[in-house]
Amino acid sequence: MHFSFFSLLRQAFAKHEGWPRQWRDPEPKPAYDAVIVGAGGHGLATAYYMAAEHGMRNIAVVEKGWLGGGNTGRNTTIIRSNYLWEESEALYDHALDIWQDLSQVLNYNVMYSARGVLMLAHTIHDVQVAKRHIHANRLAGIENEWLDPGQCKDFVPVLNLDPNIRYPIMGGALQRKGGVARHDAVAWGYARAASALGVDIIQNCEVKGIRRDASGAVCGLDTTRGMIATKKVGVVAAGHTSVLMQMAGVRMPLESYPLQALVSEPLKPIFPCVVMSNTIHAYISQSDKGDLVIGAGTDQYNSYSQTGGLHITQHTLDAICELFPMFRRVRMLRNWGGIVDVTPDRSPIIAKTPVPGLFVNCGWGTGGFKATPGSGHVFAHTVATGEPHRIAAPFTIERFKTGRLIDEAAAAAVAH
Amino acid sequence: MLLVTCPYCGPRPEIEFRQAGEAHIARPAITCSDDEWADFLYMRDNHKGYMRERWRHVAGCGRFFNVVRHTVTDKFVASYKVGEEKPAIPAEAAAGPRVEIVR
Repeated sequence: MHFSFFSLLRQAFAKHEGWPRQWRDPEPKPAYDAVIVGAGGHGLATAYYMAAEHGMRNIAVVEKGWLGGGNTGRNTTIIRSNYLWEESEALYDHALDIWQDLSQVLNYNVMYSARGVLMLAHTIHDVQVAKRHIHANRLAGIENEWLDPGQCKDFVPVLNLDPNIRYPIMGGALQRKGGVARHDAVAWGYARAASALGVDIIQNCEVKGIRRDASGAVCGLDTTRGMIATKKVGVVAAGHTSVLMQMAGVRMPLESYPLQALVSEPLKPIFPCVVMSNTIHAYISQSDKGDLVIGAGTDQYNSYSQTGGLHITQHTLDAICELFPMFRRVRMLRNWGGIVDVTPDRSPIIAKTPVPGLFVNCGWGTGGFKATPGSGHVFAHTVATGEPHRIAAPFTIERFKTGRLIDEAAAAAVAH
Repeated sequence: MLLVTCPYCGPRPEIEFRQAGEAHIARPAITCSDDEWADFLYMRDNHKGYMRERWRHVAGCGRFFNVVRHTVTDKFVASYKVGEEKPAIPAEAAAGPRVEIVR
């Protein structure tokens, strides 16, 4: 069914009892042309673009838990594209372009809100780094501008400009097209659109093994819901990528860490944009529901526990309380952790692997949500055609052998 | 916060330490291939389960040491000095549920 004003009106008169299921819940077929492992935003977007742009309808997405239940449902929903290097600028700005009309394309409101992302500078070094990013972005045609402290205050009235705080604000880099989106809606929108095109989304189906034929090429997956034959597998499993790739004998340049976030009790509208601070480890925005959404840095140790130490979130709240003293009495409701897969150069891997038929999209580390549509779009091309998309081409695994790294300290807005 | 046992100083809170990644990764000879060098620098097991890893007691004795920790429960099972014999990895079934973090 198509969402429109008339469908809303019709349902309003029918007591909203006639809304259909938004995606099918099929049994796995014995064989598919391609299988995507992981039904998060990136995996579902990949499947959607494979069906919509490459005509692959006999494909499936398998998911260990429920769709959008991993990092897609755990992140702080920040969208921006002001990265430093040309390769990343192209990738993240590609995603930002798709975000602009994603709700219309999917006919599903992903609540993309270009409310602006302000990255604060607290030291001379921060100022220099921010301006370097701004100049690099300007050369690449990506908008990003410098605000002095007064302009920062105009943009975020609750900001504390006191010069006597531990890390006084010396300015900030603002990307006005940056903002937030509703993370669950992104997964649901892609799932609904992909399912309508014939993609089977199979939940509660954990991959236990990757089968390979005599030539070494992928020939199927062993799952908790039986064997699925396929010649192409795209692994989009975030924190568990290393575990899956190990099943095919591929060692990855990845380490998995817990990354925590937390939300406050809902407040009336007070916070108009997204504010991030590299130096003092905090990022914050206000959701449409009213709660302050706050992100922390990663814990220091490898873990798959989906939880982390309280001292990490406490450190973040110290920073938030200094930047926004009025939030000191706000109560925090929940905190949680997700497992992020971090590469040595903090850039993702969207690539073929040494195993024929096996493709991988991983290494998004602490900042993958913003790239969801672009990541899915370029990875769909890589899986469907067998060759990397132009934008994805630099993001190989081989770059760790050739040394052609894409060193993005900005990949996470917080320093590591 | 985790409680980390330094083999030199005893149990101390996690904030005194820095985790330093997978343990027992030997530097290859200078004549090694690019692949071996990339393996040494970047490729990691990132194992889900018991992991041998290095920690450094930066705010204490400053020394590196090795531990065996489970990466799902975050539970430490052994802590040993560099050069000592590696303690055995327990059976995966013995891992049990995740321990409550000391707060």
